[in-house]
Amino acid sequence: MRAMQQVHLKLNVNGEEEEVSFAPYKTLLEVLREDMNLTGTKHGCELGECGACAVLVDGQPLLACLELAVECEGRAIETIEGLANGSVLHPLQAAFADLGGAQCGYCTPGILMTAKALLEAEPNPSRERIREAISGNLCRCTGYQQIYESIEEAARRINEARVQA
Amino acid sequence: MMRLPWFGFHAPRTVAEAAKILAGEGPQAMLIAGGTDLVPNMKRRHQSPQTLVSLRRVDELKKITNGSGLKLGAGLSLTEVIHSDKVRAGYTGLYQAAAQVATVHLRNMGTLGGNLCLDTRCTYLNQNYEWRKAIDFCMKKDGDICWVATASKRCLAVSSTDTAPALISLGAKVKLVSSQGEREVLLADLYANDGIDYIVRRPDEILTEVSLPDTAGWKSTYWKLRRRGAFDFPVLGVAAAIKFAPDGTVEAARIALGAVSSRPLATKAGDSLIGKKLTDEAIAEAGGKAQNVAKPMDNTDLDIYWRKDVVSSFVGYALRELRGDDMRDTRMRISRQAL
Repeated sequence: MRAMQQVHLKLNVNGEEEEVSFAPYKTLLEVLREDMNLTGTKHGCELGECGACAVLVDGQPLLACLELAVECEGRAIETIEGLANGSVLHPLQAAFADLGGAQCGYCTPGILMTAKALLEAEPNPSRERIREAISGNLCRCTGYQQIYESIEEAARRINEARVQA
Repeated sequence: MMRLPWFGFHAPRTVAEAAKILAGEGPQAMLIAGGTDLVPNMKRRHQSPQTLVSLRRVDELKKITNGSGLKLGAGLSLTEVIHSDKVRAGYTGLYQAAAQVATVHLRNMGTLGGNLCLDTRCTYLNQNYEWRKAIDFCMKKDGDICWVATASKRCLAVSSTDTAPALISLGAKVKLVSSQGEREVLLADLYANDGIDYIVRRPDEILTEVSLPDTAGWKSTYWKLRRRGAFDFPVLGVAAAIKFAPDGTVEAARIALGAVSSRPLATKAGDSLIGKKLTDEAIAEAGGKAQNVAKPMDNTDLDIYWRKDVVSSFVGYALRELRGDDMRDTRMRISRQAL
């Protein structure tokens, strides 16, 4: 049973189906970073205690370090690489850049993906809801204030663009 | 970097198929649902199952069924439990417990059944392999001694589930299914006070369903002590459920404690309330009784003497909330969540 076999399956990442081969014990984080060269998703504690590896699976934020890649076939995976539209930043990215929402930047991909899921479910979240939604993402530069403000600003810009459209 | 060990993998579609695979593979196989407990434990080599049997694709484990009470599939994510109107309306204690587990991400992944089967935890165990090797391991995994109390004959790892105390106070039962048949046990009887053999579920059994009785006349609550407002396992959990007569007299009361034993602790502290109204004196008496049976061990966060001292205070918060006191400020101060 210990055959050193690779798993072959199709993963849907950022809207594109890709065939991937990997060792069956790998987590989604390991496959994204090592087998698909998508290193935007960060490798933090590896134990579900930091939120750096947060990605969206079927629209829900979860932790790629605890998700077995073999369980991900047929599910829509979204990573930070798919957030911008070509060279146009997502409003969350733009707001984080404008308001200093990223300091060292290591927690930023996880927070952006988590915030994306929040704003898709709740276009006008209160400060309290934002705090709760990203309570699973640790920032050790302790810049939460700017992060909250950036998410609020992004929500404002997205809603404004929606009204104009 | 911590890699997972090699394992064989099965993804059955039905409980019957999963039970058959488990029976065939024997105790070397383990079930995986959300993976939020097992995957970190496998990375640290607390468990190295030869085979994983995934329950993710078993749709029958994700149902919510109405009857005289409520039946919850064990495969529901904690987020799904929290979002159930039926849970929020009739089983407040369960809602509050599930909403305080870990973080949003982990609640999206982790399941109700997984939280009930959560492995016991300990500062001397929940470390990587090299760390554990450096202290010559402990009796729960790879070693002989319990470092929490070196004279202890048993493992003192602590039960850290939030939903189990809440569900015990609500009188829940769970269904266990194997290829040999099925049985239903009172959740309070699912656990044993031993950090290694903390659960009476056999390796070939699947916990498939939680049955809750009708709660007409009952009110319930859950209070959790943890260092931070998210992430942390409980340092103390207090679940209380009370059946009130129309005039406010207590007809039945169940108080269960988490994180002060190797199992969720069903106490008799509620008995002292029966036939009384929830006066400050009655609440203090029940709090004292609960505190007497709580045995926090020095293997998790915060000082053990203080952790024992606050049991009566937390029971007090729970009972005052059930009495109808406005506890929102206290709740926000302690849990940093509006629940």
